[in-house]
Amino acid sequence: MNIFDRMMSLDRRWVFLFLAVVCVITYIVDFQIPIRVESEVRTIHEFIDTLKPDEIVFIAIDYDPNALAELHPMCYAVMEHCFRKNLKVIITALSQNGPGMAEQAILDISDSLKLDREYNGILYEGREIRKGVDYAFLGYKPYFALVILGMGQNFRLPFPTDYYGTPLDSIPMMQGVQNYDQVACVVDLSAGNITDAWIAYGQGRFYFPLALGLTGVMGADYYPYLNSKQIFGLMAGLYGAAQYEELADNPGLAKDGMRIQVYAHLVIIFFILIGNIGYFMSRSEKKRQGR
Amino acid sequence: MRRQIPLALVFIFGVFMIFQYFVPHESSEWIYEFLLDWIYIIGIFALALGIWSLIRVSVAKIKTRKSGWGYPVITMAGLFLMILFGFTGYRDGSWGFHFMTAEGLSNPMFRNFFDYIMIPIQSTMFALLAFFIASAAYRAFRARNVLASLLLVAALVVMLRFNPYLGPFGTIIADTASWLLNVPNLAAKRAIIIGIGLGMVGTALKIILGIERGYMGKG
Amino acid sequence: MKCKSLVILLFVCGFFALAAAEEGSGPPDSTHVDSIPPPTPVSMLTARDSENDHGHSVTLMWELSTDDGAGQNSVLSYEIFRWVPFFMDTLQSIRDSLAGAEGTIAEQLRKRRDQAIAMIPGAHKSYPEQGGWRKIGTALSGQSSYEDVGVKDRGSPDYMADHTDYYYLVDAVTADPAIRAPSEIVGPVQSFGQFFNTGRIPVFVAVLVFGLLTILFVTRARRGAELYVRPLAGIEAVDDAIGRATEMGKPILYVLGLGSAADIGTIASFTILGRVAKRVAEYQTKLIVPCYDPIVMTVAQETVKAAFLDAGRPDDYYEDIVYFVTQSQFAYVAAVNGTMLRELPATNMYMGVFFAESLILAETGALAGSIQIAGTDQVAQLPFFIVACDYTLIGEELYAASAYLGREPILLGSLKAQDYAKAAVIILAALGLLAASLNWTAFINLFSVTS
Repeated sequence: MNIFDRMMSLDRRWVFLFLAVVCVITYIVDFQIPIRVESEVRTIHEFIDTLKPDEIVFIAIDYDPNALAELHPMCYAVMEHCFRKNLKVIITALSQNGPGMAEQAILDISDSLKLDREYNGILYEGREIRKGVDYAFLGYKPYFALVILGMGQNFRLPFPTDYYGTPLDSIPMMQGVQNYDQVACVVDLSAGNITDAWIAYGQGRFYFPLALGLTGVMGADYYPYLNSKQIFGLMAGLYGAAQYEELADNPGLAKDGMRIQVYAHLVIIFFILIGNIGYFMSRSEKKRQGR
Repeated sequence: MRRQIPLALVFIFGVFMIFQYFVPHESSEWIYEFLLDWIYIIGIFALALGIWSLIRVSVAKIKTRKSGWGYPVITMAGLFLMILFGFTGYRDGSWGFHFMTAEGLSNPMFRNFFDYIMIPIQSTMFALLAFFIASAAYRAFRARNVLASLLLVAALVVMLRFNPYLGPFGTIIADTASWLLNVPNLAAKRAIIIGIGLGMVGTALKIILGIERGYMGKG
Repeated sequence: MKCKSLVILLFVCGFFALAAAEEGSGPPDSTHVDSIPPPTPVSMLTARDSENDHGHSVTLMWELSTDDGAGQNSVLSYEIFRWVPFFMDTLQSIRDSLAGAEGTIAEQLRKRRDQAIAMIPGAHKSYPEQGGWRKIGTALSGQSSYEDVGVKDRGSPDYMADHTDYYYLVDAVTADPAIRAPSEIVGPVQSFGQFFNTGRIPVFVAVLVFGLLTILFVTRARRGAELYVRPLAGIEAVDDAIGRATEMGKPILYVLGLGSAADIGTIASFTILGRVAKRVAEYQTKLIVPCYDPIVMTVAQETVKAAFLDAGRPDDYYEDIVYFVTQSQFAYVAAVNGTMLRELPATNMYMGVFFAESLILAETGALAGSIQIAGTDQVAQLPFFIVACDYTLIGEELYAASAYLGREPILLGSLKAQDYAKAAVIILAALGLLAASLNWTAFINLFSVTS
């Protein structure tokens, strides 16, 4: 086996090792990379940025811990932006392991909002985020398609109480809030087929403005919906989260993660090129030898 | 009779659900909401059946000491441990039997298992994708023919889309990648989605009309 | 003397000049409250039942006040009023008492509440004596419609009874809320639910046409018509893959995916599983079917059992061929990967609904040296299966697989109906492109669907 044959048929463990080493090094060495913002993320940021105080944003945290790396930074960036703008937030978690992460996100963001901070040159004073006044966390219910349909009639149908057992009618911010008609927009953060249910059963039936935050793998498949205006914005993968952090002037995990992703892509490209060089050289070698 | 009743039920409810989409009246809504409630109930019973199946298979593997029988031991341990944590806990100054699952993740043991076992394990499994993508890309992206070469070039362009080190070429590559995603990718995906949509409607009609009976346990 | 007269004359002229200047300076500033004259009211106010809904909603429409964006330009908003009988206060006080009540008192209050709710239509007939106008909403200047939406939940304070007389009026309001112009009163109008949503007629027609096409081709197939379908490499490889497993003495792993039993992809997979299980029973090869969903597991068990019975080998079937693993995505993948690396199946079949775990499954299968045939309707996962598997069924090819494997005329007939429907979609898409380019809005509107 000559060198070109070896290049063409490397043991996959070399690929894994090289990738792991590059990921660890780029994680340890702290540096920022510039982020280019795309229009589909900008529309979400601008939509939320131009809402008036006390308007309601519905954030659906529909992912499991396996998609934490890509979607949690999006969740933090969007939710913090909403609270900074004094918007009210209704949160659901329609995947089984979602409620734990949603609760963790709410607590972390509440802590961060207690401090005065400047975003895009504007000083936002620290404040207390109050359960039931600034946000309502409805929790998890199985069979997400049915829940999405039910909420179109009335939030109280699938969720008579919130995650903590308080009847929705007793929650101050839910007074007069029946269904999607009272909500300015829905932002669905999802890593699975719950997104399709939001589009088909949610937006398709009740016509509310819907924005999606998806894993990178799924992102490419939802451009048709952006084009047909069934969704007004799309954040795909870690890069989408990094763009939102860039727009909100709120650097976090996504911007840190992007430097690892950029170098990981370079490693993959390197191995693809190695494989192709090996393939072509090996083929021409065989042709030369008359095989 | 054993076959006719399920077929009749499927036909009646299938046709009803089609018409329900077109009938906004309250009476159709009421039946629809009633059916939705029943789906929850059936799902819970099915879950109990599933857990029984898992226990039976795992215990059989442990009893016969089949190769890799340690894994079913861990599976059973995890299952029964979480049930135990759901029924015991520290409350009012003492340990004892309390129905802790009603508190959900505010129960410290649930919380610990979730934060220190579930989240790391699931994130690790998802992270495996990065390595598998690298090895799959290395194996599959070979310029064997024209179409494969096009695939290779498109993949390279989209991967370099986020790269900030390409200088003036970066904008050209980013715009090309956007064009690839918004034009050919969109066209192909739309065509596939339309085909899938029609296939879904066709299959659903076959099920409602009783032509397709695979779900009943006989093809 | 002359100077004095001149001064007086100048003063008088100045006075008149000032007065003239003030007159010509235009209408008074509307922000100055003192100077706002009453605006003109809205005209042509109509109220009708909202269309295509389940009832409990009335739509109001009006012509804008002439002082909205024109004329005095003083109208800032419109306030909408509904006549509400005093009786509704009694009902509300019963609801308020019910909120804190428990036990038998709550039972009694609920009875009183329900009795009161039944009296709502009658109470509304006491217009105008036994009630008053209540503001129910606001519309901004420039808006000429408002939808008064109530709820159907009789226990809710926002309950709006159907078949009940409602009366409305609309006030054009200026910067000073006290300065406003009420419209004519409109009513009685009643809300009620519709039995057909006319906004979805295009969908209804499409469903009817597709259904008729299916019935037509199925009928033709039953009468023995030859129906050509193009060959699918993935389907043709199934038999070879099962044969390979038998020769090697290794099992076949069949993964139904992560969908529920209601997903069309999973239902299509059941049919394929049935055919595969029958072959497996005939060849006496081992079959492993780990399941993600408990309902899917029960259906798959019935499918495999029936297949073994069909093959004449009911005794070879045992319950643990099909088993439940877990409903957690990556835990399921970890379990299936472990099975693959321990059992080293000769053939892996992934048929159904898959998500991010697809590449992990396929790469591990490649590592284990298995032949892999995949089929999914999840467009995002197709690239991973295509890259890592030997054969892939793309999208609707998965649904068509049952027709291919059985070659039953009825199933092939329904496949032809899909093909003709697709041809119709292509033609309509081309016509739509033409219509959009030439601005044939009438044609485009034929296909628009509203809520």
